Amino acid sequence: MAETLLKGSGITQRWGGLVAVNKVSIELERGTVHAVIGTNGAGKSTLINILSGEFPPTEGQIQLLGKDATHWSQAKRARQGLGRSYQRNTIFPDFTVFENCRLAAQAQVQRPWVWWNDAQKCKQSVEAANRALELSGLTEVKERFAGLLSHGQKRQLEIAMCLAIQPEVLLLDEPLAGMGAEETDRMLKLLANLKQGHAILLVEHDMDAVFKIADRITVMVNGSVIASDTPDQIRINPDVQTAYLGGH
Amino acid sequence: MDKFFSGQFLFVGLLFAGLALYPLFGSSYGLDLVSKIMIYAILAMSLELLVGSTGLVCFGQAAFFGIGAYIAVLFSPESESASLLWLLPASILAAATYALFVGALSLRTKGVYFIMVTLAFAQMAYYVVHDTKLGGGTDGIYLYFKPILGSVIDLNDAKVLYFFTWVFLVWTFVFLAILLRSHFGRVLAGIRINEQRMRASGFSTYPYKLAAFTTSGGIAGLAGFLFAVKDGFVNPEMMSWHLSGALLIMIILGGLGHLRGAIIGAFAFVFLQEFFKSPAIFGDFAKHWQLGLGLTIIACVALLPKGLVGLPEVLRKRLYGSRQPRDAQVVLK
Ligand SMILES: Nc1ncnc2c1ncn2[C@@H]1O[C@H](COP(=O)(O)OP(=O)(O)OP(=O)(O)O)[C@@H](O)[C@H]1O
Ligand SMILES: [Mg+2]
Repeated sequence: MAETLLKGSGITQRWGGLVAVNKVSIELERGTVHAVIGTNGAGKSTLINILSGEFPPTEGQIQLLGKDATHWSQAKRARQGLGRSYQRNTIFPDFTVFENCRLAAQAQVQRPWVWWNDAQKCKQSVEAANRALELSGLTEVKERFAGLLSHGQKRQLEIAMCLAIQPEVLLLDEPLAGMGAEETDRMLKLLANLKQGHAILLVEHDMDAVFKIADRITVMVNGSVIASDTPDQIRINPDVQTAYLGGH
Repeated sequence: MDKFFSGQFLFVGLLFAGLALYPLFGSSYGLDLVSKIMIYAILAMSLELLVGSTGLVCFGQAAFFGIGAYIAVLFSPESESASLLWLLPASILAAATYALFVGALSLRTKGVYFIMVTLAFAQMAYYVVHDTKLGGGTDGIYLYFKPILGSVIDLNDAKVLYFFTWVFLVWTFVFLAILLRSHFGRVLAGIRINEQRMRASGFSTYPYKLAAFTTSGGIAGLAGFLFAVKDGFVNPEMMSWHLSGALLIMIILGGLGHLRGAIIGAFAFVFLQEFFKSPAIFGDFAKHWQLGLGLTIIACVALLPKGLVGLPEVLRKRLYGSRQPRDAQVVLK
């Protein structure tokens, strides 16, 4: 029996007349990649924002690790094991790659009142950061300033910073966007590797990648889910064919 | 990081040593001027904690300074010296408490609104001392007996006061330098660059910002205490927005994001002010000192985008052309 780590039910987000997300329910299980695909403006990022607690939804409930997390702040959800990456990079360009991860990892061992201790010598966060860098293959460039990385490496760092907080659930918003073939392969390997211990929600436009790695695919159109099934079923689903995959 | 620290500490160490030796040859006018600058430097560092380190542009720092100063005078008995032991903590605590209150409300806003709200709260404090009996109105109040600590420290003596101020200048710098590299300081830096990402990582940013704001207010209160004791006098101008604005100019002039920038900025600002105010140099034109000061500051900021702390780098580039310094090449490779 698979273990559900994150569950959103009846999530709706309205902005004025626009219904960006319409009664979406979604479950993420440990050991699986659940892909959410859809055209531009379908509401995928908005869904991730709501699940991660960026802002409260107009309607809907969220359960994280079996607890009602609907009213938890974003920070609390992160501390309880929910990591997310952003569609646009949110790295700290003036910090080294290592410090980007170390600072994120520090969130798990916050001791702000110990004002006399050097944060760089905080063992727990240094170890967590090194592990995250190792996992995401950035160890070689760890002393470099994050702003000087290549685009692909910045995307990797975006993920590494998520991993640094040692989450159980990962919400990844287009981690492959703008990556070359080689970088894409490396990222897919990383995701396959992460799949074991984590529940992953993957928003992605690269269909080859999605069908390669996803265990389940949810298709959104104009805020609503039109299908949610295994990749094989999605491939032959007539609604999906007409609405989205059309030319694929 | 270590390199950055050693460079910073070398320069500041020399500066502090120079300041400690100054009373050996300085005139009493000079001593008073340098005391004033050291106090402004403490105050500017308190603002740097907010603006340069956390990215919170506070336009009401003068209020916390003024509260520290007024408490020092109002709580002093009329015909004898108060004890430093409780008067100084009282000043710091009062300023920090007001900062806690102002921060709790203003930190719910962002950007320009934050600037305006901090200004509004500072103006509130200003009008309380300006328009009520409590603060002595526009005339201000005198402090006839300066605080003492038994027979060890007597702040009525200008030299003692000078060293007392010097100790707190060094203390503030060291305290903030250590604070900024701690867990707490790193979170502030993260908030400055990308608060959203900090929240997504699991930091509740509001309490961090509030703690920074309160700490900053307390240090500004310390500066206010020192200023009131130095001058033996307080008036509402200490809380005016002109001072809040001047402090922002000091830290920008010195170089945002560097503690020593706040100290350098305070020196540069006051020296420039004295220079353009001097009738010996400018004759009648000295009346228009603000014009000269303003133009010089604009020129400085235009030529030195990183402030005065960036001056060595600019000079190095001038001297060696556009060649990259060696360690930058390694990074860029
Ligand atoms: N803060 C906001 N206020 C109002 N409308 C918004 C806001 N954020 C997003 N929207 C709108 O909600 C809809 C869904 O946007 P969202 O970013 O979730 O789409 P998406 O599926 O992630 O698209 P893309 O593939 O381009 O990233 C869009 O029409 C967008 O314009
Ligand atoms: Mg999106």
